[in-house]
Amino acid sequence: MKPAPVAYARPTSLTEALELLAGTPDAKVLAGGQSLVPLLNMRLAAPTLLVDINRLPGLDHVMAAPDGVHVGALARHSAVLADAAARRTQPLLADALSHVAHATIRNRGTTVGSIVHADAAAEMPAVLAVLDGHVEVASVRGRRRIEARDLVVGPLQSSLEHDEVALEACFPALDARAGTAFTEISRRQGDYALCGVAAVVMLDEDGAVASARCGYLAVHETPAVVDLPALVGARGPLGDDVVTAASDLALGVLDVEGDIHGTAAYRRHLVRVLTARALRTAYDDAATRTTTRTTAPTPTTGGTA
Amino acid sequence: MTTRLVGQKVPRVEDQRFLRGGGKYVDDVLVGATTLHAAVLRSPHAHARVVEIDVEDVLDVEGVHLVWTYEDLADAAVMPATMAEPLPLLIPHPALTHGRTQYALAKDEVNYVGEAVAFVVASDRYVAEDALARIRVTYDFLPPVVGVDAARAATNLVHDDVPGNVGARLEQTVGDAPAAIAAAPHRLALDLTVERSACMPLEGRGTVARWDPDSGRLTMWTSTQTASGVRAAVAVKLGLDLGQVDVLTPDTGGGFGVKINHPWPEELLVPMAAKVLGRPVKFTEDRREHFISSAHERGQVQHVEVGFDDDGRLLGLDVEFWHDHGAYTPYGLIVPIITSTQLLGPYKPGAYRVVFESLYTNTVMVTPYRGAGRPQGVYAMERTMDAIAAYLGKDRTEVRAVNFIQPDEFPYDHQMVFQDGRPLVYDSGDYPQSLEKIKALVGWDEFTAVRDAARAEGRTVGIGLACYVEGTGVGPYEGAHVHVETSGKVKVATGLTTQGQGHATVFAQLVADELGCRFEDVEVVTGDTRRMPYSVGTFASRAAVMSGSAIHLAAKRAKEKALRIAADALEADEGDLEIVDGIVSVRGAPGSSISLGTVAVLSNPLRYAFDEASKAATQFTVGDPGRPPVAEDDEPGLEGKDFYSPERSTFASGMHAVIVETDPETCEIRILKYAVVHDCGHLLNPMIVEGQVHGGVAQGIGGALYERMEYDESGQLLNASFMDFLMPYVTEVPDGIDIDHLETPSPLNPLGIKGAGEAGVIPSAAVFASAIEDAEGFPITAMPISPSDLFALRQQHAAGASGAPDPSRPSDPSDQEDR
Repeated sequence: MKPAPVAYARPTSLTEALELLAGTPDAKVLAGGQSLVPLLNMRLAAPTLLVDINRLPGLDHVMAAPDGVHVGALARHSAVLADAAARRTQPLLADALSHVAHATIRNRGTTVGSIVHADAAAEMPAVLAVLDGHVEVASVRGRRRIEARDLVVGPLQSSLEHDEVALEACFPALDARAGTAFTEISRRQGDYALCGVAAVVMLDEDGAVASARCGYLAVHETPAVVDLPALVGARGPLGDDVVTAASDLALGVLDVEGDIHGTAAYRRHLVRVLTARALRTAYDDAATRTTTRTTAPTPTTGGTA
Repeated sequence: MTTRLVGQKVPRVEDQRFLRGGGKYVDDVLVGATTLHAAVLRSPHAHARVVEIDVEDVLDVEGVHLVWTYEDLADAAVMPATMAEPLPLLIPHPALTHGRTQYALAKDEVNYVGEAVAFVVASDRYVAEDALARIRVTYDFLPPVVGVDAARAATNLVHDDVPGNVGARLEQTVGDAPAAIAAAPHRLALDLTVERSACMPLEGRGTVARWDPDSGRLTMWTSTQTASGVRAAVAVKLGLDLGQVDVLTPDTGGGFGVKINHPWPEELLVPMAAKVLGRPVKFTEDRREHFISSAHERGQVQHVEVGFDDDGRLLGLDVEFWHDHGAYTPYGLIVPIITSTQLLGPYKPGAYRVVFESLYTNTVMVTPYRGAGRPQGVYAMERTMDAIAAYLGKDRTEVRAVNFIQPDEFPYDHQMVFQDGRPLVYDSGDYPQSLEKIKALVGWDEFTAVRDAARAEGRTVGIGLACYVEGTGVGPYEGAHVHVETSGKVKVATGLTTQGQGHATVFAQLVADELGCRFEDVEVVTGDTRRMPYSVGTFASRAAVMSGSAIHLAAKRAKEKALRIAADALEADEGDLEIVDGIVSVRGAPGSSISLGTVAVLSNPLRYAFDEASKAATQFTVGDPGRPPVAEDDEPGLEGKDFYSPERSTFASGMHAVIVETDPETCEIRILKYAVVHDCGHLLNPMIVEGQVHGGVAQGIGGALYERMEYDESGQLLNASFMDFLMPYVTEVPDGIDIDHLETPSPLNPLGIKGAGEAGVIPSAAVFASAIEDAEGFPITAMPISPSDLFALRQQHAAGASGAPDPSRPSDPSDQEDR
């Protein structure tokens, strides 16, 4: 469990880092290293160059802005999780982060790193996807924005080019009259989920569902987002027929596979159980927020989604 | 008088060091540039002939010092002939008619993924692993045999010359069980399975060796449970005299059984390479290697037939089981013999027949893992007890109680042969009292109300119980040496090794109490063959019983000598002396005293005075001026040495109960309460015993609910990492474990103690199966059980409720034709 020979560079400027990446086609970016280093040690990955970006300036921010939470490439999970403003701006982020591995791993692992690692069983890619977030990336060729829906193209495959480095992920702010929920089942606390569901439910002015969607982890080869038009118009408490219709929709989209920790049948069952739990929680969350908001003198924005 | 330390919760002297990162493990030995590092090329295939090994590409890699394959081991110019022979079969048994062991490096054939094929020594482990990647091996694939079913079917053979893949078949009978069952008013049959798990010590295997050409001596540090065993094996295999080999065990990060097997290939290859290269060589096993090249345990398929009366009293018990021992049998039949004998637990079986087949498969070999076959045996028996209770509609505790051996029936002779080749005779116990305690501790009688209340809320809860008896303190012997230095410090050595049990604390308690010295002045050394060459090892919950007893006896001898010399020096009668805090004084005459350090000086009539103690000694006169300074029947030094060798094992016992909640939707299994009643005779240190129980329970939870070795059909281990092999975290273990003790002393040793190291893990599979069955209302016949498994069972029983008979449900054997 020692890595194969690999060159190591620790640039201190983004330009230098991008040039290194551009010059070495099989270079790998090292940030928190919580996925990459085990892969190196087991010799499942053998890049010729590691570009350690930990000394790059200005990339460790967690910034809650009106449009959403901007998380820099060097922000650790634990920093994002602890950020109160980020939690207020998009509660789903902290809800999901508390399920990411264990404290020691969250102290070192980066949220952006987890996203571009593109693991369909990880929490952050699914959260970014269900929120319609995006990632800012840079290369010597310039900068571009990759929408979450275009980010993960296959198992552990992102759409970043070999010379690109992700600089920031943006998680859009929670809409007015929206509620969220995150739930997952894992074998042990902190393990990758057998099934996880992130739900976003938006209510109209009358308290009926205006839109609903769920993001799924660990039950599809990529983080899957399923829009649930069947829920539109539903009111709480959401009935069994409503949530069953939702999970029917989801199971129509998801290609659920089994592994040593759970059969496909069990995971499909979990899709049903967790879809229902997540949607009900997200609905209640939205209802509570809406109620709280209407009792407070907060101006509403008018139209619904 | 000072308080006796035995029986007190004395804090562990080891903990400050361990908790602050001060532990020194094998990998911490001989750190430096002169030490070379070894790596092993392991078979990626479960079953194949080795056609050719091409090491050409490795030879010119910078930093590589040595590459060996079997061909090199067979090179008489470099190696003693013994290196080319198979590794020892440590514990032969007449029933093991087809025992096989591997070679240090594979000869012609590999029989499991992970078997050692080539050995490289390089400047560091990185270079060594780079070199491994350059070795090209041509394999000719053979069909792999994976799992008990495939082994029994014997369509393919693991070893060409082992028909039916059967390494051993052993039957023991007491009375005529089939006849007793046939004549019984009620009969049941059960088919049960238990999956593989493994010890998984946090420190894997490791070996460092240094050859000193000037003195012609080998010093070896190895992470083992038997330093003396490794020493003997290495001497034989390397063609050295025993006196040329010293084996030391530094701190060991857990063993749990896997490190009792020896010698591992690396335990021979590393010292041999150190001798050939004239440089220290180190091997530190990594985690993946530990998964695929150390040892596993537990995998069994069992068939139980039982006949009983209206009260649930056993009249006849007929057990057949198939034990998956993996590719080789270095540790003989210890595990299945323990299953077949310890299955009986605290019960009288009526007539008993047990037969097992120990089977070869193309998987990692099986050697004892904490509990060593008992968890499987207890599982078979306790599942049977639950099935009888269900059949008769009786409370599960009642059925157990009518079968208990009673307190006035000890010693109780089962008329069988135990794993040590000695009669299976229980020395002492009180099972009815133990049952009363566990019922009170877990709230057994109140549980029906709890279950009903939970069900009314839509929750599913269940309670389970399991009882066990554990033969501990297996012989043949251990020894101890107690040496009082002139400083008053007391050095204690015993040969068996320590893997975190707290020996340095408990053994010091024993010495302080017996000798009368200060606890702080005692230093305990274990597993160093220079200090105590005669020893067996740490296994079978034997350290406290065996070495503890030996240390007690050795301290007694040292005390006798101290009193004799002190009486002479103080001109007093031995009977009037007492030793408190290291000072020998005349009772009632506080002015008349002498320290143990000074007694030590007096015990050794030297010409020279080195220190204050020796100056202090000059005021005393001992010995008879008319006799030699060291009398004929005496020897210099204030020391005591003794050995303890019991007639047979002592049998500890206990009962576990658990309350679980199963999620009606997600099938997750949550532990609401875990209770343990434990009887290991007199408690030397209740805190350490409870720690052993806690650790055992945690490990048992892993085995019952999380861990299994996931082999695919081709013999690849799919979960060879801590990411996929689900050892429980602290989050999976209950916040509290309720423990109550019972102390029925053993008559077999001077301390009245029994072993406590393994107990916590023994009844786990049984107790969880019992509780989950209680919660779910259908039989649990396969362990471990995951939420996914429970989901499948619920589906099956929901479908089967209106359909075909359920094969997993206990049935009347008279209905079965296929036996």
